[in-house]
Amino acid sequence: MNPTENRMNVPAELKYTATHEWIRTDADGTLTIGITDHAQQSLGDLVFIELPKPGRKVAAGEACAVVESVKAASDIYAPVAGTIVAANEEVVKSPETVNTDAYGHWLYKLKPAEPGDTAVLLDAAAYIASVGDA
Amino acid sequence: LPFVTWDVEVLKQTPLHALHLAAGAKMVDFGGWDMPVSYGSQIEEHHAVRRDAGMFDVSHMLGVDVYGAAARDFLRYALANNVDKLKVPGRALYSCMLDHSGGVLDDLIVYFFAADRLRLVVNAATADKDLAWLRLLAAQRAPQVELQPRRDLAMIAVQGPAARERVWQALPGSREVSEVLKPFSACEFGDLLIARTGYTGEDGFEIMVPAARAAALWNSLNAVGVRPCGLGARDTLRLEAGMNLYGQDMDERVNPLESGLAWTVDLTSARDFVGKSALAAAPRRRQLVGLRLLEKGGVLRGHQHVRTALGEGEITSGSYSPSMGASIALARVPAGVAVDDTVEVAIRDKQLAARVVKPPFVRNGKILVE
Repeated sequence: MNPTENRMNVPAELKYTATHEWIRTDADGTLTIGITDHAQQSLGDLVFIELPKPGRKVAAGEACAVVESVKAASDIYAPVAGTIVAANEEVVKSPETVNTDAYGHWLYKLKPAEPGDTAVLLDAAAYIASVGDA
Repeated sequence: LPFVTWDVEVLKQTPLHALHLAAGAKMVDFGGWDMPVSYGSQIEEHHAVRRDAGMFDVSHMLGVDVYGAAARDFLRYALANNVDKLKVPGRALYSCMLDHSGGVLDDLIVYFFAADRLRLVVNAATADKDLAWLRLLAAQRAPQVELQPRRDLAMIAVQGPAARERVWQALPGSREVSEVLKPFSACEFGDLLIARTGYTGEDGFEIMVPAARAAALWNSLNAVGVRPCGLGARDTLRLEAGMNLYGQDMDERVNPLESGLAWTVDLTSARDFVGKSALAAAPRRRQLVGLRLLEKGGVLRGHQHVRTALGEGEITSGSYSPSMGASIALARVPAGVAVDDTVEVAIRDKQLAARVVKPPFVRNGKILVE
């Protein structure tokens, strides 16, 4: 058995992508996006985060942010098409807080172009399955 | 039915493998070995070595004993550094092993016990290739020399300002024999070899121990407060210390003179060695330097392009320095690029400024580069 699966922390109230982003849908339809606990564990200690500027339009699956750990750089993808409405400057200043609590520290917020697009996102069970298949 | 064939490479395991798994280490393939990259935070492991004491399983590296009346003469020819510098039993020497065109086949440490008994410690990924090369050379030059790989030994590197004290606590009686050791020398303690060497820029010991006793030693060291550290911390520590990693900062396509290792090669004495004539004739077009990133915007990494006033270069190793809180690198750049020059490094879609510095960046807990 893979010991990381035992510890996998995947809150049921969030949605996910197979590329390890988590997504929370706010009441007004805005999406708040971060990286999963599994992603921060795989990357290791984060030391640099670059976020998209508010106002930028992104396509679904477009690389729009970068996180770098001591070991490696990794792109963060837009889960659906839309417009960036906010970037979390706190995690830019202190990238290590994402290691401490990946779900408590969002990276950016996105207004979807089509509200229905979020139907393609994974629920917690499907995300856990996708990690298991990887 | 069609045949389905595939290669499954089974990763090799050190005698400490089960302990790493039990400790929850994150494991990676390193040169064909399943090795711990970290046990939690790589940065905390790094700081433990700079400030206190950490230990690394380096059993994937291979000891090769060289026996016989011609052992010393053979290594005088096989290695780029001169084993004649080793006069006192227990002394050790860092050296490159070159091919005939001067390319670096591996870097290693040679321990001198007697003129007819020396030990090489070579890198894991190159161990089989090294052994085959040495056997070929021996067959040509010194057929009486015996080469014996020592997979029966495990190796634990205990590093940090408190490392030696902790080893003495964990191994009662070892202080009497090992306290007098100068850097780059070793002594036997029962069936252990204790060497005051390392790959972190800190004081400490590297201990070779029979495989069957490795886990007990690891646990004893852990019990006196030595923190297990993975290869991730080992990489940032050696990069800060300005030490090359074979396969990244050098390989058979480059020579030691363009790898910051001219100090390990003796071209002036009459001694002949493999690669000497090629090195003497080689143009000095490139050099290995240190870089410190001056701007925010990313982390220096291997293979990023470096633009200098004298032409293009490339980063060979780059990472984030936990001690400095900045990104640092080793880079191969045109000869003539000087310390304090500003260069540009391509990181994703940006060109970021970096300053040329002379490694090491950090030694013995002190930052040496602003």
